[in-house]
Amino acid sequence: MKALEVSGLKKSFGGVQAVDGLAFSVEEYETLGIIGPNGAGKTTLFNLITGLYRPDAGEVLFFGRRLDHVPAHRLAHLGITRTFQNLRLFNGLTVSQNLTAPILGMHGYGLSSAVFRRRRYFKQERSAEEKAHVLLEFFQLADKGSLGANNLSYGEQRKLELARALSTNPRLLLIDEPGAGMNPREIRDLLATLRQVKEHFRLTIVLIEHQMGLVMNLSDRVLVMDFGEKIAEGTPAEVRKDRKVIEAYLGDELKTC
Amino acid sequence: MELLSYVLQQLINGLQLGAVYALIALGYTMVYGVLRLINFAHGDIFMFGAFTAYYLISKWDVPIYLVFPITMAVTALLGFLIEKIAYKPLRSAPKIALLITAVGVSLFLEYFLSLNSLFTPNYIGFPRPFEVTGYDLRLFTITNVQLIIFAVTALSLLLLYLLIYYTKYGRAMRALSHDREVASLMGIPVDGIISFTFIVGAALAGLGGILYGFAYPQINVFMGIMPGIKSFIAAVLGGIGIIHGAVLGGLIIGVSEVFVSAFISSTLRDGVIFFILFLVLLLKPSGIFGKWIDKV
Amino acid sequence: MSFFTSAKRFLLCSIIAYLILKGLFLSGFLTEYIQQIILFSFIAILTSLGLNVIYGYTGQFSLGHAGFYGIGAYTAAYLGAVFKVESIFSFLPILFLGGAAAGIVGYAVGVPILRLRDDFLAIATLGFGILVRVLLDNSDRAIEILGGSRGFIGIPKIVNLEIAFFTMVFLILVTRNLIFSRYGLFWQCIKDDELAATAFGINTARMKLMAFTYGCFLAGVGGALYAYLYSFLHPSNFDFLRSIDFLIIVIVGGMGSITGTIYAGLLWVTVIEGLRIGLPAQALEFRWVLIPIFLIMVMMWKPFGLLARRESKFLGLGKGE
Repeated sequence: MKALEVSGLKKSFGGVQAVDGLAFSVEEYETLGIIGPNGAGKTTLFNLITGLYRPDAGEVLFFGRRLDHVPAHRLAHLGITRTFQNLRLFNGLTVSQNLTAPILGMHGYGLSSAVFRRRRYFKQERSAEEKAHVLLEFFQLADKGSLGANNLSYGEQRKLELARALSTNPRLLLIDEPGAGMNPREIRDLLATLRQVKEHFRLTIVLIEHQMGLVMNLSDRVLVMDFGEKIAEGTPAEVRKDRKVIEAYLGDELKTC
Repeated sequence: MELLSYVLQQLINGLQLGAVYALIALGYTMVYGVLRLINFAHGDIFMFGAFTAYYLISKWDVPIYLVFPITMAVTALLGFLIEKIAYKPLRSAPKIALLITAVGVSLFLEYFLSLNSLFTPNYIGFPRPFEVTGYDLRLFTITNVQLIIFAVTALSLLLLYLLIYYTKYGRAMRALSHDREVASLMGIPVDGIISFTFIVGAALAGLGGILYGFAYPQINVFMGIMPGIKSFIAAVLGGIGIIHGAVLGGLIIGVSEVFVSAFISSTLRDGVIFFILFLVLLLKPSGIFGKWIDKV
Repeated sequence: MSFFTSAKRFLLCSIIAYLILKGLFLSGFLTEYIQQIILFSFIAILTSLGLNVIYGYTGQFSLGHAGFYGIGAYTAAYLGAVFKVESIFSFLPILFLGGAAAGIVGYAVGVPILRLRDDFLAIATLGFGILVRVLLDNSDRAIEILGGSRGFIGIPKIVNLEIAFFTMVFLILVTRNLIFSRYGLFWQCIKDDELAATAFGINTARMKLMAFTYGCFLAGVGGALYAYLYSFLHPSNFDFLRSIDFLIIVIVGGMGSITGTIYAGLLWVTVIEGLRIGLPAQALEFRWVLIPIFLIMVMMWKPFGLLARRESKFLGLGKGE
């Protein structure tokens, strides 16, 4: 079953074609890595899938369902979540609340339950907190649940962002450059975490990343973008050998990893 | 025929008011460009200009050709000080903190100057240094005050245009409006250009204050509030950050205000201006000359 | 009734405060004027709490809060005059309707303008506030009794300590329950990062509208109380400066803190009125010179206010059990 199917996707900004007729698909439970130089249109692609931009042409299917008229805030309910390249945590909330907010967004309670503190309010609040706790434990953040999110270290914030993206039980997880701004040690740590996520949660993952090591290690399949177009696709081993890819982008970077 | 001449007459009156709004709106739009701040105190700088001119003319008998440069220099200094003292320390603070500070500066200027030992809260007659005479042009009458306002506004616009498009300060200002970070990487002295922008904007507001005094010779410490807000609306209407947008916006607001007073009801004129604001914000928040922003 | 049982501490504090106040009111120590000021401080707290929901929790900057306060006041006064309300029991529905009117207008205005951000929202709400003022000034043309710029006179004085105090206590509790529910959580998410909130399933447009409507409702209730406390309304009581008053209370107390709003509301009214009593008449004009300076200093040192996002354990205004 295809979890995600993108066809003929186009988007331009003021004459610049950020995504130009892109087509690919992702099988359920598969991990697809997307690589490409800066400005290749990777983040634009995520923003198109998640409804932040409207595509100029083309369509996106999620388990056979068209996403172009689904409002952006419905996507999490359908089972699509994402992380952001530049961390976008809820910094005024606690670590734990960063997870309970999306959880309570999925299964909540009504206004009167909230105002009059009916039983349902307590029940749902407690179950959200428990669920958040389980996730925090998975990411070794359990003892930091009551801290402010902005008091975490950078690496921990990355983990919290992943935890948040998993809190709504997504079927498709979009990860946008998780290694941005990390040193090699933090990258290794991140790789281990992502591996665990992949093993533990049965998910379809699309991963955008600059760090070749990460993508090649995690992905079942890799797609290479340049100037908004797909220039190659295949297993990590295949892509590594692809002449076009080497010419267009990888070049010396490949030798280093 | 009579109606036509009445309409034309009101149009001239509206343009007179609009020209003053345009001068104030320029300061708003330039400051918004470089700092992304609605400088609420800008209307009070305009007021301070009117009072400075009042003192120069009636207390110290300064000749009229000196009143203009002195007043503009005084308000420019005020604008410079406001930015340095109140806004600069907040450069990295949240945007709303800056906005609230601007409201605070505005309130401070109004109430501080309204102390009885200073300008007092009362209305004061503004002494025109010349007699008002009208020239009958058959269809409508135009006064020497109006001619002065139009001439001075046109001249200062011309100078401003030259400044912004043909000097290095202007280029730096435009670069700063475009992207502060890039501008500072390009070696533009950001703080200096921000100060410069405040100085130019405040000088124009001071000029507006003198002209306003000529046209509507009653001044008061709170006189800057409504013209200030309306001029800001003018800047939004024309497209915030765009020089000719501020001028056109000012003229439109001035003419609409006068027309509403003349044909509907003078008490409703402020309401209509805010109605225009809502329409602009809802239909095209980027204003008449603004580009649509299509980025998240 | 976990509405009450989950707030035992707060209710206990409230009852003690009420008993002390009642004692003071009965003792005759307090002049009528001071009593009125005390009741007014509850109104200020309630109305500012509405602004805190809108701005402090949800991050939607409003400079027109006094407009909604005025709508509540005039609606309540008008309905009271039409239905000849003179007793406490017939007043309570009027109180609610005053709030509802402000809430409905807030909803209608909020649908279009809440799409705007930061300073554009500020200017739009400021415009709305001035529009309300203009309409109130001209209100006698449409409905004679509203009085226009002469003011609305002859409203019965119904609001007493019990009404003002317990309305405030009740609505503080409702607000607390909202803030410490999923709705309050969503509001704070929107304030922190609207885009991320959307990506995690929060219907931000709807939630912003809800916060705005509720905040305006609180302002409307505050206005209705005001009308029946002072028995006279004038458009100048609801102008831009009043909006600034409420804003100052929210900011000084702290964005996103109910406790802060309560303390700051009490402090604000005490300072403003205290200066009126304590200072000689000539020095009175200095009040509004000092207030803006104070405001600017708070912005420089504590741009989120003194008790930002913190609640007092003493008052028991946390999440509760």
